[in-house]
Amino acid sequence: MAITSVKNLKEFSTANDRFEGAHTLCPGCAHSMIVRELMNCTDDNLVVTANTGCLEVSTAVYPFTSWDTSWIHIGFENAASAASGAEAMYKARKKRGTLKDDKPVKFVSFGGDGSTYDIGFQWMSGAFERGHDFTYICLDNENYANTGGQRSSATPIGATTSTAQAGSHSYGKKEKKKDIVAIMAAHGAPYVAQLAPNKWKSMAKGFQKALETEGPCFINTVSPCCTEWRFDPKDTINITDLATDSLMFPIYEIVDGHELNILYRPKNILKVEDYLAAQGRYKHLFKPEYRHVIDEIQKNIDEYWEMLQRREEARI
Amino acid sequence: MAEKFDLQEREVWDGNYAASQAMRQAKVDVMAAYPITPSTPIVENYGAYVANGYIDGEFVMVESEHAAMSACVGASAAGGRVATATSSQGFALMVEVLYQASGMRLPIVLNVVNRALASPLNVRGDHADMYLGLDAGWIQFGAFNAQEAYDLALCAFKIGENHDVRLPVMVHQDGFITSHTAQNVYPLTDKVAYSFVGDIDPVDDMLDFSRPVTYGAQTEEDWHFEHKAKQHKAIIDSVPVIEEVFSEFEKISGRKYKRVESYMMEDAEVAIVALGTTVETSRVAAMKMREQGIKAGVVAPRVFRPFPFNLIREALENVKSVAVLDRSSPGGAMGALFNEISAALYTTPKRPLVTNYIYGLGGRDFAVQDAIDIYHDQKANADVGHITTDIQQFSGLRGPKLGFFQTKRS
Ligand SMILES: Cc1ncc(C[n+]2csc(CCOP(=O)(O)OP(=O)(O)O)c2C)c(N)n1
Ligand code: SF4
Repeated sequence: MAITSVKNLKEFSTANDRFEGAHTLCPGCAHSMIVRELMNCTDDNLVVTANTGCLEVSTAVYPFTSWDTSWIHIGFENAASAASGAEAMYKARKKRGTLKDDKPVKFVSFGGDGSTYDIGFQWMSGAFERGHDFTYICLDNENYANTGGQRSSATPIGATTSTAQAGSHSYGKKEKKKDIVAIMAAHGAPYVAQLAPNKWKSMAKGFQKALETEGPCFINTVSPCCTEWRFDPKDTINITDLATDSLMFPIYEIVDGHELNILYRPKNILKVEDYLAAQGRYKHLFKPEYRHVIDEIQKNIDEYWEMLQRREEARI
Repeated sequence: MAEKFDLQEREVWDGNYAASQAMRQAKVDVMAAYPITPSTPIVENYGAYVANGYIDGEFVMVESEHAAMSACVGASAAGGRVATATSSQGFALMVEVLYQASGMRLPIVLNVVNRALASPLNVRGDHADMYLGLDAGWIQFGAFNAQEAYDLALCAFKIGENHDVRLPVMVHQDGFITSHTAQNVYPLTDKVAYSFVGDIDPVDDMLDFSRPVTYGAQTEEDWHFEHKAKQHKAIIDSVPVIEEVFSEFEKISGRKYKRVESYMMEDAEVAIVALGTTVETSRVAAMKMREQGIKAGVVAPRVFRPFPFNLIREALENVKSVAVLDRSSPGGAMGALFNEISAALYTTPKRPLVTNYIYGLGGRDFAVQDAIDIYHDQKANADVGHITTDIQQFSGLRGPKLGFFQTKRS
């Protein structure tokens, strides 16, 4: 059941207490905000499966757990398969009548961008093709944060990471970020969205839609990482504002693989420079010789935004 | 309610069919699987039982073996009965998750139809895959034929799901030799089989929300060691439950299983230790040796995890010379079974001579004559009181004889 009173942030943030604040994520880490927004938007019984990554290592350190709901971590790549198995068992036991109560159960998987875009992609793709009734949420901080900030296929052009370093001969990552949202929509998933924790109402709504939609749903959420993006922990939401208002992270949904809706249109679209300048990982781009990289990032953003608007208009 | 499946008192089944019938009779709730020769028919058969209403379970046809075992872990944590099957490369792909399944103490039955590991690619049976799983923290049974593949699979559910055990269990059978050879198999009736296996009574059920459970937490050095020690203890402590279930099974079937099967060992001077179908071949050879007046016997670990250390000592301590047969290429070491048997014998007062034979790789036939040749080597050792051959040899290899590691000849 969805919680409907999401008008007031204070009330919303205390709506449900199935994810405890006592975890070891960095102060200012957006992962925990996103998880709380998910937990607070529903009253349904939840089975949460998690890939290895910051969220997992920081929220279930024996003998403690932050999860006041069923939770399982197997490995770096297989949260989607764990959800597939648990969901299949739910169906089998429902048929056999061996469940203790008949309250609906929702299945949710969390993965970082590393596990989602890269190593766990096959497992997720397989689970989507099979049509399991679950929601996969990618906490996209654009790097392998838990192993110390290596590049992933979600790392944008120009960012410096420990394995795509900026140096005297390099401006950092050279390859474009993988368009995971389009790829998951192309799986024919009934609901796919890109969301951001600063837009908490649309995030809660998106989560609710995904939970209520039968079949596999995918949500990519920007999750600023103060440690690897190099900004002050108090600025997480400010950075997220810059991400959504520069359209580096456009907020939109795709229903049934074709109906695209833009969920947030910034009143003043900011230059991407404002977003880049607020983070240490892009600092080197402000040297004159790398001006072309900033221009390229801006061009990519403009083209993508244009494409989203056209798709929204054309309903394709 | 599942449709009735007609069973004769005696069926002609191959090992794959036998394993899948055990899954049907145990009413497996979820089977997540990916096909690989020679185990494929097991999962196909389960699919056919679902398609024809013989079982009410969920058949999840995943995109890889890694996902198959991952889904089995999720399904088992969600409180129902779970099984799957694999071989060779599929087993290798599962290895990461095998450790996770046992570390979380989740009962899952995995039928392993043993096959060589590439490279070179080879679909035939050897034990390279099995050896890859020996440290994975699973209970491991070896079936010598199709009847046993069926019987042991039924026992596996009951043992793994027992509250004092709560461990995943593998049942091994030899690729093609067992899996694809039709034999007489005497099944239990559905009613008897089911009342033997019984309903699963889940512990830490993820679908019981009155008591939320966290699976797969992190431990690091402050707790990891204790968890692993407890897990090791749990595997060793599964022995009484295994024995109890085997004796219960004997009561309903008349078939007696022991953790170590000894054949003509009462007065044996020379012995072969082997696994899988090689056990029966060796038994025939032992019989023939006896006709020649050579006191030969066969020792076969039926349960090789937990390793039956004491039973192996007891079975072999009075023998003069022992040949341990490993069906896997050890890659610059002694065979794994050789190492374990030697370790068990090292602490016996008389310490028999032990040699290692690598044989049957990639499905190379192991004939009765091969076993006879090995017995003759053992007899020579026994007569002179020291090892007369290289300590490790390849048996049945084309071309010049390959031997490794020598003792000082006196
Ligand atoms: C098979 C395997 N390979 C590598 C690792 C090491 N590893 C653990 S977490 C991680 C990176 C996680 O990155 P991401 O998925 O982006 O999540 P984040 O930590 O950034 O939230 C890596 C490489 C592992 N645990 N398992
Ligand atoms: S390293 Fe980044 S993602 Fe990981 S806990 Fe810290 S802020 Fe969060």
